[in-house]
Amino acid sequence: MSAMLHVEDLRVEFPTRTGMVQAVRGVTFSLGQERLGIVGESGSGKSQTGRAIMGLTPEHANISARRLEFSGIDLLKVSPAQRRDLRGNRIAMILQDPKYSLDPVMTIGRQIVETLRTHEKVSKAEAREKALDMLAAVQIRDPRRVFALYPHEVSGGMGQRAMIAMMLIAGPELLIADEPTSALDVTVQLDILRILDRLVIDRGMGLIFISHDLRLVSTFCDRVIVMYAGRIVEELKASELSQAQHPYTQGLLNCMPRIGADRHPLPVLDRKPEWLL
Amino acid sequence: MTRALKIDRLCVVYDDFVALKDVSLTVNTGESFGLVGESGSGKSTLLRAVAGLAPVSGGTIDVNGKQLGKVRDKAFYRQVQMVFQDPYGSLHPRQTVDRLLLEPLDIHGFADTEKRILRALEEVGLGSSFRFRYSHQLSGGQRQRVAIARALILEPSILLLDEPTSALDASVQAEVLNLLEQVRRDRKLTFVMVSHDLGVITHMCERLMVMQGGQEVERLEAGDLATRNVAQDYTRNLLVASEGFVRGA
Repeated sequence: MSAMLHVEDLRVEFPTRTGMVQAVRGVTFSLGQERLGIVGESGSGKSQTGRAIMGLTPEHANISARRLEFSGIDLLKVSPAQRRDLRGNRIAMILQDPKYSLDPVMTIGRQIVETLRTHEKVSKAEAREKALDMLAAVQIRDPRRVFALYPHEVSGGMGQRAMIAMMLIAGPELLIADEPTSALDVTVQLDILRILDRLVIDRGMGLIFISHDLRLVSTFCDRVIVMYAGRIVEELKASELSQAQHPYTQGLLNCMPRIGADRHPLPVLDRKPEWLL
Repeated sequence: MTRALKIDRLCVVYDDFVALKDVSLTVNTGESFGLVGESGSGKSTLLRAVAGLAPVSGGTIDVNGKQLGKVRDKAFYRQVQMVFQDPYGSLHPRQTVDRLLLEPLDIHGFADTEKRILRALEEVGLGSSFRFRYSHQLSGGQRQRVAIARALILEPSILLLDEPTSALDASVQAEVLNLLEQVRRDRKLTFVMVSHDLGVITHMCERLMVMQGGQEVERLEAGDLATRNVAQDYTRNLLVASEGFVRGA
């Protein structure tokens, strides 16, 4: 398996009134055609890692890396125009809440068509057909009806399907999903994951799945990276999560209430200062 | 055993949308009762109707043996307090923690406010150094602790908890759940807790009701979920979904 994405010693820092805040502190990993999970709590740098790859790091932030390369392209050296060309075309991103990530004053169909026509030279009629096919592919039962709806007229699960359709229509090679199902009900969550799973397999995409939910990620991904305070503390096969070595990973797994376990009080995470090093 | 809360055929209707339809339940004093369901199941509406935040269109609510009328008296609002889901939205952004905690005391005419504020902060594990901070200077978990302190400061007997930890990280969730259990034990409180997370509900509650579309699906003991002793397919689906993704399913 050849890797399409190489990240070596990625650092992202933000200037604040009280000095530089290091959000990502030397993250290294590579990704092939696989499902990679990045797990961590708020502030662990997992989202900033995804954003840096996507090229969405805010302008005032400092970003550096020994290597940040996507299929041979140095992402830190490319021009903004080339970056735009990659974004949405070869690298796509799904965000948490469709309520905020879809344009509220544009119909769902028009947004999908716009994405496609930005990246490919196709006629309007052809783009429309492709968009309808894509909506069907994310298991929307009545694509024609949903095509004409505005985001506020659909449910959260439907909105997230539309978002996935929009992201996948240009046929990206790498998909970054940042908490794609956290705003959804558990049963809808699984529907969305099933759709993502099939599309990723069928199209041979690489997937980076960013989430705070260790249990969910471990059932969905092949490999899991656990982040704490901007660093990777542990990397393991998803199937071997129960054998996690780092006390942080163990603590995260342990502090969740489980059905059938009678643990009062729940074990809490004892954050050690040496984890920060 | 005395009844802290008795709800009989409660209905909540917004225009022509029925949010809650004929739901009945009783919660004993000192008990912790859970409401589980997906969005739109009516679980939060039920809680809000009890708190007086949703219009009651039919049915009755009894609190500590007294039926609530159309207008609720001050004593009711002292007895029943609520903790909301979003700690970012439920605290006034321009009030210090001190001011936030003083307001309910002022409204209900408490004396020795100074002492009560300090004790409330102590009880939720924050300490007096947090007293003059603004909510934006606190983390999500600290905010939720302030919200719990604000609810407890009036010495209520019933606490309504609407997804109190779903906006928090797993490790912080564990701390807040432990805190809630602690105060319930110390003050012999009655809890009614809403959550979409079956793990959280079985951890916190002895009995629970599964809801869907504004109606009751079934009522269970916490142990029934562990032993899979459930009658309805809907509950079974929720249980399966709570275990995560299964490839090829």
